[in-house]
This record gives sequence, structure tokens and C-alpha cells, in this order.
Amino acid sequence: MSAEPNVRTLTINGEEISARSDQSILEAAREHNVEIPTLCHLEGLSEVGACRLCLVEVKGARRLLPACVTQVAEGMEVTTHSPKIDRYRTMILEMYFAERNHVCSVCVANGNCELQDLSLKLGMTHVEIPYQYPQLPVDASHPRFTVDHNRCVLCTRCVRVCSEIEGANTWGVMGRGAQSLVITDLKQPWGDSETCTSCGKCVQVCPTGALFEKTSVGNKTRKHPEFLPYLRIMREGEQP
Amino acid sequence: MPRTIVIDPVTRLEGHGKITLQLDEAGIVQDATFHVTQLRGFEKFCEGRPFYEMPNITARICGICPVSHLVASSKACDAILAVKIPPVAANLRRIMNLAQLIQSHALSFFYLSSPDLLLGMDAPPEERSILHIAHSHPSIGADGIGLRQFGQRIIEMLAGKRIHPGWSVPGGVNEPLSAEKRDQILGMIPAAKDAIQRTLGWFKSSIEKFSAEIEVFANFPTLFMGLVDERGLAEYYDGALRFIDSEGNIIAGELNPAHYAEFIGEAVEPYTYMKFPYYKPLGYPGGTYRVGPLARLNLADRCDTPLADVEWREFRAMSAKPLLSSFHYHYARLIEMLHATEKIESLLADKAILDKHVRATASVNNLEGVGVAEAPRGTLIHHYKVDENGLITWANLVIATGHNNAAMNRGILQTARHYVQGEHIAEGMLNRVEAVVRTFDPCLSCSTHAMGRMPLAIELRAPDGSLVREIRRG
Repeated sequence: MSAEPNVRTLTINGEEISARSDQSILEAAREHNVEIPTLCHLEGLSEVGACRLCLVEVKGARRLLPACVTQVAEGMEVTTHSPKIDRYRTMILEMYFAERNHVCSVCVANGNCELQDLSLKLGMTHVEIPYQYPQLPVDASHPRFTVDHNRCVLCTRCVRVCSEIEGANTWGVMGRGAQSLVITDLKQPWGDSETCTSCGKCVQVCPTGALFEKTSVGNKTRKHPEFLPYLRIMREGEQP
Repeated sequence: MPRTIVIDPVTRLEGHGKITLQLDEAGIVQDATFHVTQLRGFEKFCEGRPFYEMPNITARICGICPVSHLVASSKACDAILAVKIPPVAANLRRIMNLAQLIQSHALSFFYLSSPDLLLGMDAPPEERSILHIAHSHPSIGADGIGLRQFGQRIIEMLAGKRIHPGWSVPGGVNEPLSAEKRDQILGMIPAAKDAIQRTLGWFKSSIEKFSAEIEVFANFPTLFMGLVDERGLAEYYDGALRFIDSEGNIIAGELNPAHYAEFIGEAVEPYTYMKFPYYKPLGYPGGTYRVGPLARLNLADRCDTPLADVEWREFRAMSAKPLLSSFHYHYARLIEMLHATEKIESLLADKAILDKHVRATASVNNLEGVGVAEAPRGTLIHHYKVDENGLITWANLVIATGHNNAAMNRGILQTARHYVQGEHIAEGMLNRVEAVVRTFDPCLSCSTHAMGRMPLAIELRAPDGSLVREIRRG
């Protein structure tokens, strides 16, 4: 009697590769140096498939699938880059820029922003979708941090890191669609939150200038989300 | 027949503007108005933003003098934090502000005004540009470009980039100066001094050619305002505000810039978006004053650096009283460039300039802050109010060019009355009307916090308001 084989064989962009059965297309692709753009994904956090930038074509599927939450399967034929996929990704990026007020020139994250980096990388030269210019608040009530909803892309990294790593569950999401907002506790001002430990992990994982330290102004804002996998390993190592 | 002349747009300025000259039946100029035709509304849309973003946001008012806004805004934010910033941070900001003054003055003098000064006011319009100067007077063109580069390179070395750097922040600056960069800046200084002194040489030798223009280029009594240090010497970053009258009497000597609203009012006129600041005790328009290079050299007791002081004495020796013709703004600009270069050198000579502690941190300790500094064109005031979380609830910016607004309007009228008459108006005459505006080097994008390069237009209108002639360039 033998266990079910744990290895799946699939092709990515015509190249045959092997992957563990519990891996996502994104993990398998990156393991084989195939780059797929992502925004909500962060190593060390669970996947939610929120940003849709990792959409790939899978032969036989009627629609594009998010690579981060689609598991590999035997015989799967995946295409990560094609004119259609590139057009979709650029359009998604344009939607991000049009949905809220991303003014890079005066943003604390200018030069250190994953959304800005992606627009450069994917060649988003302009935004054809009309800007929405929503009137969104800035919550500066926390003594050390600020949340500016104008720059939030609703990736929910802050929500996940607060829940999965810090365990405080301060951050959540309210509303639906374009009206969604990340909130602290039951939409209390961040400075009044009773659950926030002020650890700052949410700020470090935020891909844009939506969450930032008040002292990080000017041109010196650099975040450090790379600590997460190590933190996770160390915490899991402490488990009995 | 009564007419109105419109010059629209006026060229070789920073921003968009228009001049209207109202002529009577005999063709004599009755009135002149200078219109700044655009509005951006920075004071309004900054509301709701965190105060610590204000240096970065307000720097975007202008691509020519972003550093001036950065410095004044950072100082207003320091006041909200209620901190005394490290001395080295103040000196580093000071150097950046002086470098900004040099590059902006070089732009004004060489790029915008040297064609009028070298080729004459009546030269063909197509020749009146820096590109033509580069061909006709290559060494002067090279000095102009070199001096602008000198200022911009210092800003870049200190702050990371030339335009809209984010280095000056509430509480100080983001990064200390390295010894290597200090040495690089010091290495550029001798060539810059030589270039400025060469320029002073030819300018002074040719100034007599412009005696007619000097006579009528905004040559009238006004007050003058600017910052001075505790010794009464020219100061660009800190200090107290001083007002003098046209006789040279100090009418207010130790005014705290933070209390500007007590002595400066802002009037409005229906024909322009630019406001008309005035000295409150004398009312509007009696309290008209001028700011900028001419004002600063008129009201300071001297400059405070050796070469500039020699030039300052010669400059002031032209008159026992303050120099009243705005034509002398050009001359004053050159002396200020020399002073700024020497001042940068002396600030860099102090070893303490390399100190690593360049920023003080604090949270909101004052709900209101005022920051004042001397921009190239004059005194710049940023005034913010915030809520307890530091979000802007109100902002007021009093811009250098605005202070000069009333004097510019009167200057245009004076020059136009002298040069514009009758049926046949030569292009060179109208160029003089523009040139009087250029002496002030107005930054109209700043003055209304409006955007764009600045072509300017002149309209000639009949008493019934009908447009008779319009001259539009740019």
C-alpha cells in the first residue's frame, strides 16, 4: 500500500515542471523563476486572491484564474503571460488608480510603493478609466501611525497580518465593493482602538502609502515586509 | 479714438498673466491692470491632509522655487511640533534655501531678462531669448547656465533631487550631509563667484544705457519689507521682519513673522486672482510695500559677507535714500547671488555642518504654526491650523510675488504712461511694459498657487470696454 503520489506534473508557458500537490500555481511558478505580478500576496500570510493581478490562463478553464489561490493539478497547462493577460493586468492596475486618490508625487511611499512599482513594471503609461475622486477620510488619531484610505487598495494584508501573526484582530473590512474600507475594531478611530498593540506590522506590510508611520515623511519611507516568514517560523517553532 | 491695449500673454515670466492698458481719446494711458488669470486652490484642497505632508504638497506649487515652499512649510510644521530643530538642520535648510535663491536669480536675470539688457528693449522679439544670447554672447550665456546649474546641483546634493525634493521635513531634514558632498559643493564655489563677479562687471558698465528705463520702471515711493537677523543684516531663513519707508526710516523693526496677520492685510481686486497684501497700519493701498532683492538690500544694514558687502556699499551709494526704481531689482539679484554663494561657503566651512543629529521628533503640540522665509522673490509665509490629530483645518499662504502686486500694477501704469501713446505703438514700447513686470520676477504660478509657464498678454481697450488691440505671445 502506498500513499497517493504527492507530486504533480504540469506545464507553465509550455515548460514542463513538477510541483507539490498542495502548492498554488503562483508558488510553483515562482519556484521555477516564472514571474507573476502580485499585490495582495505576501509570503508569510494566507492567500485571499483579492487583487486579481496574478490572473493566469489555464487550458480548459472558461475564465482566467488567480494563480495565488488555484492549486496545481496533474496535466494542468498554464499560461502566465499573453497579450490578453497583459491587457487585463494593466486594466486592473488602471482601476486601482482610478478608484481612489493615488497622488504619487506627494505620497509618503513615493519611490517605495508596490502599486507604483507594478505600474512601471507592467508599462501602465496612463489611466483611461475616469477617476472617481472619492472623498475619503484620513485617520491620524493613532500616536504613531496614520491610515489614509485614499491610498488603500483593499489588499487586506493589514487585516491578515493583524489576525494571523499578531493575533490582535484589530483590522477588518466594512462595506461592499468600491465603498469598502479597512477599519480598526468596530470602526473606532485607530487611536481609540482597545485591541491594537501598536506593533506596526500592518504598516510594514501595507504595499502603498495607505498605512504609514508619522515620522516617515519626505523621501525616506521604506517598509520591511520581508521579516514576516521569519517571524512566522519562529512563532511556529515555539508551539508545543 | 479711445482704445484698450491687451498684452496677452506676457512672456518670459513664470506663470500666466495679462496686462490691460486703458487709453483715453487722446491716446494717453489712463489706467493699467495686471491680471493673473489662473487659480489652483492649494489652501482649500490641503484641508484634511496631515500637516507633515504639507512641505511635499506645497512644494508642488512651483517648479522653480519648490525649495522656498519646502522651507517655509517645514518651519510652519516645526511650529506645530513646537520643537527647536537641531542647529545643523537649520543650517542645512539655510544652504538649500540660498542655493535655491542662486538658481532662481540666475533664471530671472540670464534666461528671462538678459535679452532685454544685452540686446536692448527694441531688439526684434525673435532675438529676445536665452537661446539667442547663447549665440550672440556665448560667455554670458554660459555663465547664466553655469550659475543655474550651480544652485540646482547644491539642492540635488543635499536633498537628493533638484526639483521637489522631500528632504526637508517637520523637525529638520531627513539625512545629514556627507563630507564628500560638502567638498564637492565647496569645489564649485570659486567658479560661481567668478561668474557672478564677471556678470556684475558688465552689468554695472552698461547700467547707464538704461537711465530712461530706471526713471520710469516702477520708480516711486513705497515701503519695503524683508527679514533681517538680530544685527539688522540680510537674513533669508530666520529673523525678524523689518519695514522701512521710502526715506529709509525703519517704521517697524522687530516684527515677529509669526504675527504677520497683525500687520499684513490682504486686499482683493475683481480683475485678478492675485491678492494685494498691504501694511495694515497704513491701510490699502497706502500701505503698499515691495519685497524681494531690492527690498532686502534697501532695508538691511548690510549683507554680512566680504565681497557682497563691497558690492552692497557701491549699490547703496547710488542714492542717499533707498533705491526706488524696480529696475534695480536686476542689480540687487546679482549682489544677492554673490552673498548667497559666500554664505554657503561659510556655512560649509563649519565642521558642525556634518553633525548626524538632523531631526527632532514630536507629535502635535501646537494647533497652529507659521513658517516664514525669504524666497528669491521675497518674503514667503505659510500658516496652518490643525486639529488635535494634526490634520489641516485651515491654511493661508502669503506668497512673495503677491506682496509686490500693488507695486507691479502701479509700475505698469507708470511705464505705460511714459512709453505707450497715440496711434502707433512700437513693439519695443510694449516690451518695456512687460519688462517692468520682469524686474519683479513675479512667479504667478506661486502667487495664485496657479500652474503653468507664463506667457502674458496686453489688451488695449476703448473707454466703452471694446477691445481695440491685443498682443499675445507665448
